Amino acid sequence: MGFFIAQILTGLANASALFMVASGLSLIFGVTRIVNFAHGSFYMLGAYVGYSFMQVLPGAWGFWTSILLAGLVVGVIGIIVEMLVLRPVYKAPELFQLVATFGVILVIQDLALLVWGADDVLGPRAPGLKGIIRIMGEPVPKYDLALIALTPFVAFALWWLITKTRMGILVRAATQDREMVGALGVNQAWLFTGVFFLGCALAGLGGAVQLPKGGADLLMDFNILSAIFVVVVIGGMGSLPGAYVAAVLISVLNVFGVNYLPQSTLALMFVVMVVVLIFRPFGLFGREEVAGEHGQVGEPERPIKPAGQTARMIVLAGLGALAVLPLLGDSFTLVLLTDIAIFCLFAASLHFLLGLGGLVSFGHAAYFGGGAYAAALLVTYAGTPMELALILAPLAAGLTAIIFGWVCLRLTGVYFAMLTLAFAQLLWSLVFQWGDLTGGDDGLVDIWPSEWASGTTTFYYLAMVLCIGGIIMLRHTAHSPFGYALRAARDSQRQAEATGINTKHVQWVAFGFAGAMAGIAGGLFVFSKGSIFPNELEIARSFDALIVVFLGGVKTLAGGVVGGAALEGAKDYITRFEYWRLLLGLLIIFVVIVAPDGIAGTLRKWAESIGLMKREDQA
Amino acid sequence: MLEIKGINSFYGKAHVLNDLSFGVERGKVVALLGRNGAGKTTTMKSVMQLVVPQTGSVAFQGADITRMPPHKVAKMGLGYVPEERRIFTDLTVMENLEVGRQPAREGTVTWSEEMLFDMFPNLAERRTNRGKELSGGEQQMLTIARTLMGNPSLILLDEPSEGIAPVIVEEMVRVILRLKKDGLTVLLSEQNLHFAQAVADRVLIIESGIAKYEGSLADLQANPEIRDTYLSV
Repeated sequence: MGFFIAQILTGLANASALFMVASGLSLIFGVTRIVNFAHGSFYMLGAYVGYSFMQVLPGAWGFWTSILLAGLVVGVIGIIVEMLVLRPVYKAPELFQLVATFGVILVIQDLALLVWGADDVLGPRAPGLKGIIRIMGEPVPKYDLALIALTPFVAFALWWLITKTRMGILVRAATQDREMVGALGVNQAWLFTGVFFLGCALAGLGGAVQLPKGGADLLMDFNILSAIFVVVVIGGMGSLPGAYVAAVLISVLNVFGVNYLPQSTLALMFVVMVVVLIFRPFGLFGREEVAGEHGQVGEPERPIKPAGQTARMIVLAGLGALAVLPLLGDSFTLVLLTDIAIFCLFAASLHFLLGLGGLVSFGHAAYFGGGAYAAALLVTYAGTPMELALILAPLAAGLTAIIFGWVCLRLTGVYFAMLTLAFAQLLWSLVFQWGDLTGGDDGLVDIWPSEWASGTTTFYYLAMVLCIGGIIMLRHTAHSPFGYALRAARDSQRQAEATGINTKHVQWVAFGFAGAMAGIAGGLFVFSKGSIFPNELEIARSFDALIVVFLGGVKTLAGGVVGGAALEGAKDYITRFEYWRLLLGLLIIFVVIVAPDGIAGTLRKWAESIGLMKREDQA
Repeated sequence: MLEIKGINSFYGKAHVLNDLSFGVERGKVVALLGRNGAGKTTTMKSVMQLVVPQTGSVAFQGADITRMPPHKVAKMGLGYVPEERRIFTDLTVMENLEVGRQPAREGTVTWSEEMLFDMFPNLAERRTNRGKELSGGEQQMLTIARTLMGNPSLILLDEPSEGIAPVIVEEMVRVILRLKKDGLTVLLSEQNLHFAQAVADRVLIIESGIAKYEGSLADLQANPEIRDTYLSV
């Protein structure tokens, strides 16, 4: 019994920081409709800033003042980010905002490295709360009890702010109808900035308050990200009580999981989320998203059309150049181009889902990594030859996508995106924690191509044939009746249904198809590297693909491929710098703000303006 | 007080307003009449800059407000009451009014919650009810009351009689006449000619975004053929 209570107390204490961070994310989403991926970064900054203050401010007063100051400083950093990065993109499609916040993650990561160094920081213990108290014989840290006592005050202060102040009333009104609030004379820009300050300050507080328990390190941002998403989604986007209940639920489950199912601690959270969403699609306390609220903003989509004469010539010339390259290039170039081709296929498969299907998947790495792991496992345990493994990899990835897709497609919009992320994380945690089978963190090694394909040049040709073949197939499907049905389902589900298209079914097939294509890329990836590690399944991988699609241009058919080539090529160059994340992050933010049509879209506009391409209205 | 000059407004590629010009004098009630899809709501939104006219200009109290952000337009004293009411359904009546609150403005009535509750006694009993718990008529009153909290000098009423019971329509008439007596200028859009006849000084008939007739209410009544051409269904 004592053990049981001690476990619950630990869970409640862990819920404290999680609640603060998650409620901040929830608030920001509620008003600005931005899913702030950088929220984990603000949490990390809170920990580092709090640590720095604690170094100079002594004693118990110093400790608690440092935590408050950390919240304040991080809130101000949030204001800066909001004004510089997000204000210019509020009117852009919401997915651009996601990419912009991802750029912010990269920038903050490197800035933190620059300021605080690469070593983990051990959090100072709270003065006066260092020891433990025995509750029914079980040791409970005093600081845990302090956290448990603190959370209701934070929750109460938030509740008061949201329900009793004019700012809170405006925030709730704006959550429902931003335009109307503006028409009543409220300057939304400042309301957004205010909410961003509050949300980021909460993240900062959360980061600082957990210092005595977890310290600070450079992986905190991504580590908490999936947890806060899970909390916000389970609780319901924009609901504060929901965030609290979900934070407690997840934290307590997690503590018990560590004791009873140590292999599954990471997966548990996502399983809970999936179960909740199946029964309550909008979270425990969430409201149904109003249809159209997340619709595309800006210019309507252009109809896609087959490539013109000029475009075909350019593509043929490019293919010719790729074909003769091994005669001229060194093996380094060939390896780089192989990497790029694999990545392009991966990106093109996501582009197919996202651009044509309007299905924003945050977890596409599951199918890339899934295909890769399928191939690697087959080779390791069954001695499967490469040829067969490359056939089975897309099948396995496609099957995974069909299973995951079946659940995910029950939801739409932000919830769909979160669910795809959760499934990807589920797969990642399985691979990561099931060490006996997958080698866990050590990965699977010694997976090489068959004898005939082991030369750099031969493998280059093999990769080119498969990747370009896959990309052509995706493109071909876009122009097929199936592609038309998919776009119809994206643009107007109801109208498509009324024309006799089973939209859910079409989307489901598209999900599986895109998964299989990502699986080919994953299979090739394993054989090109000779090994596979869980990081190929990580959120960061999924985001890579998302960023690429956006940089390339969502509304341009070539977007995935162009973006993939550009990013993978640029990465090869800029990762030579020490602070390449900073550069890449700034580049991403720059593209989002300056060229919101992406590279391919901007090139097309440019080509149209100088008369190289026909404009839509002339075509 | 309000001068609209040659505005052209679009939704995407659909050309909704076509060189529309008209004015509203201080203290008058002007009714914008026309069938469904004639461009009445777009006119209202174009005045408020919720839809930004591609060409032409909107001037309010002598100042050009074209392309101004809507919150600044509201701050100048233009009150907007949308057709779909758009009250905040999760907020209470009191909170809805709070969202509309703006500082007092010279030359207009400064409204308080109590004054509004005097004018809309039904709302007074429902102060702490959430927006979604109100009836259609109560919601219509709330949306007007909320806009009045901003102490506007001109109010844009988009189809105030739509979808509410006849007894409430009568109350609307009473409210508009009372506001006019207080010196408020009103531009309202209507499909219901009887409602317009009860409150308006002047009418403007539009069809397909083009002004077809402008004149006093008396003239319109004297010209039944105009009424039949543009208004009868």
